Amino acid sequence: MRLQYPSNIRIIRVPCTGKVDVIHILHAFEKGADGVYVVGCMEGECHFNNGNLRARKRVEQAQTILETIGIGGQRARMYNLASSEGPLFAKFASEMVEDIQQMGPNPIKLAKNKAA
Amino acid sequence: MIVADKKPIEEIIEEIKDRERILILGCNECVTVCEAGGKKEVGVLASALRMYFLNQGREVKIDEVTLERQCDHEYLEEIRDSIDQYDAVVSLACGVGVQFMAEKYRTTPLFPGVNTCFLGATEERGLWTERCQACGNCLLATTGGICPIARCAKRLLNGPCGGSTSGKCEINQEIDCAWQLIVDRLKALEKIDEYEKLAPIKDWSTDRAGGPRKVKREDVQ
Repeated sequence: MRLQYPSNIRIIRVPCTGKVDVIHILHAFEKGADGVYVVGCMEGECHFNNGNLRARKRVEQAQTILETIGIGGQRARMYNLASSEGPLFAKFASEMVEDIQQMGPNPIKLAKNKAA
Repeated sequence: MIVADKKPIEEIIEEIKDRERILILGCNECVTVCEAGGKKEVGVLASALRMYFLNQGREVKIDEVTLERQCDHEYLEEIRDSIDQYDAVVSLACGVGVQFMAEKYRTTPLFPGVNTCFLGATEERGLWTERCQACGNCLLATTGGICPIARCAKRLLNGPCGGSTSGKCEINQEIDCAWQLIVDRLKALEKIDEYEKLAPIKDWSTDRAGGPRKVKREDVQ
C-alpha cells in the first residue's frame, strides 16, 4: 500500500490493547509525550474477548486524570480498526497529530525544560 | 475484606498543595483487591500529582511505597528510616491503616487517599457489596448464612417486614430483601422449620454502640 502517515508518532507494540494500563499512559505524558493514542481491534472482535473494551475504559480514566491536572483529556484517545484497514490507521495517525499540534506541546515537557 | 473507594484527585490535591516532599503510601491487602490503594493506584496517583505540580511550576518530590500491610507494626516499621524525609504522607490504606500510621509517626502530617466504605465481597470486577457490619455476635448459623444485620435495611431479626416486594427491599428496587434470601436459603437447606422460631433480643453490647471495641486473646499473646 505504501501509505503515508506522520513520522512523529512512535509505535509501541503490545500483544493486545488490554495490556495497556492507565499508568503506561500517564508515564508517557510524564516523560514528555504530547499525545497518546491506543489503537485496538474493532469492539466485539477482541481475540481475548474484552481487551479493547478494557483499554477504552483505561483511556477514559487517563483522560479524566489528565483533564483534572490541567494537561488536557483530549491528548489521550482510543481508536478501533480491523487489521486490514491500513488506510484508516494512516487516517487516525494524521488526525491525532493534527489535533495535538493544534493543542500545542505537553505542558509537562515545557515545565521540565524550563526547570532544566 | 475492607472495601474502600478512591478519593477524587482534586480533594487530595487540595489537602497537600502546600507540601514539598510527599510520600504516597499504599497497602498490599484489602485496598489492593478493591483497586483503591494498591501498588498500581499508588503509581497512578503519584504520576498524576507529579504532573500536576510540574504544571504549576513547582518541583515537588513525590515518592511511592507500598507496604504489605499498614495495620501491623512490623510492616509500618519498614518506613521508619525514611519517614523524616517527607512533610506529608498520603495513605491509600483503609481507615485502620491511616490511623495506625498516625499513632506510630506522630509528627508526620498524614492524609487519607481513600474513603473506607464497608466489609464486603467482590461480586464481579468493579462491583463490591456489603456483607458484614462486624456486630461482634454472629448469628449466621440461624439465618442460613445470610446476615440480616448487614443486608436488611432495618436490621430485622424476625423478618421480612411489609416493605418486601417480589424479593426486593422497599428502600431500593436493586436491593434484595435479606429476609427473602434467608427464607429461600432455609428452604434449600430443608431447614425452613427454623424460620418459625422467634429470634430473641440480640445482645448488642458487642456492637459499636458501646464505643471502640477490643479483642484480647491471652492464649496467643
